[in-house]
Amino acid sequence: MAGGAADCSFWERELGRRCRLFELRNKKRISVCAASKLLANITYAYKGYGLSMGTMIAGYDDQPQLYYVDSDGTRLKHDKFSVGSGSTYAYGVLDSGYSYDLSVEDAIALGRRAIYHATHRDAYSGGTINLYHVHENGWTKHESFDMNTLHYDVYGYN
Amino acid sequence: TEDNMEALRQRNYGPAQYSAPNKHLIEHQFSPYVNNGGTTLAIAGNDFVVVAGDTRVSFGYAIHTRENNKLCELTDKCIIATAGMQADQVTLHKLLRTRMVQYKQEHGKEMSTTAIAQMLSNTLYYRRFFPYYTFNVLAGLDSNGKGCVFSYDAIGSFERYNYASSGTGQKLVQPLLDNQIALKNQQVERLEDLTEEEVVTLVKDTFTSAGERDIYTGDHVEIAIINKEGVRYELFDLRQD
Repeated sequence: MAGGAADCSFWERELGRRCRLFELRNKKRISVCAASKLLANITYAYKGYGLSMGTMIAGYDDQPQLYYVDSDGTRLKHDKFSVGSGSTYAYGVLDSGYSYDLSVEDAIALGRRAIYHATHRDAYSGGTINLYHVHENGWTKHESFDMNTLHYDVYGYN
Repeated sequence: TEDNMEALRQRNYGPAQYSAPNKHLIEHQFSPYVNNGGTTLAIAGNDFVVVAGDTRVSFGYAIHTRENNKLCELTDKCIIATAGMQADQVTLHKLLRTRMVQYKQEHGKEMSTTAIAQMLSNTLYYRRFFPYYTFNVLAGLDSNGKGCVFSYDAIGSFERYNYASSGTGQKLVQPLLDNQIALKNQQVERLEDLTEEEVVTLVKDTFTSAGERDIYTGDHVEIAIINKEGVRYELFDLRQD
């Protein structure tokens, strides 16, 4: 989630509540498609009110799926997205290294690098880089890196 | 004099009727918000937390009072400190106190600090389209007895920290805390954790410095120390200028 911090944290928590209600009513997990549409319908209802949210919903039902949902009410499905004020910088790195058949390890390294470059050049991005791998058994959190450590110690820029 | 008025008009100083390009049509707009100034901070220790806020309420260049409380004790383990608009601060504290009572009656126990933290976020967000002009710092002991501090924006975005500050003196206070507590931007190592007494001394020194440079901070500092024994208060004097 990118954009307004309060908007994102409030509505994503509300989305979690609605998804849980779905599970209780239907006795099955909600699809990524439906979950993303729940959020998109909320943002569309508040269109013009000044909410600021750029979000991605990543999930795995029968196959891995990625949706982009923003505060304009836009909802898009694709294999690759970058969102936020630093998204252009991340897209540059992401697009040059991406292929659909990337291994998990390479994808993780690419994602981390893309965010790193965004934090470096975008004034509004920085701090810690978190990484989650979403797979058929749920999600796994990978090692967090302070952007500064990546810059000097890992990538070796000096 | 006519020369003075002409000079004022050119520089756009002075009241609207003299400085407006059009002297006849002047747009007036009611602003519901005002900043009453003041600074708050909170620092978490291993088994204690220190919260502080100055007691001055300002209105432009004037002082409404030197004896205002920015701190509100919600439970014996949790205190909220609020800077910004005093009217919204008072209303918000009233609302939260009410919710504390309702929770106790419904659940038979006090709200935990982390639960209060989330509730405050929701309370602020419910006013997303006419926000409380409040900058909150919530501090208390979590369910493990460890000190915790939460910092908020006006519409409820929050995060847990080891220390936080807000208000008109935030830009003066936060870098000092970054340097003295997190030891940022210096090659110093801390051998032992800060004790309660050391933190209280740091808080007093920090407010003294903030009071020197921030015109809206001064008069007194109300300091609350929360540990497993309960809450203890100290009132520390600052410059009244």
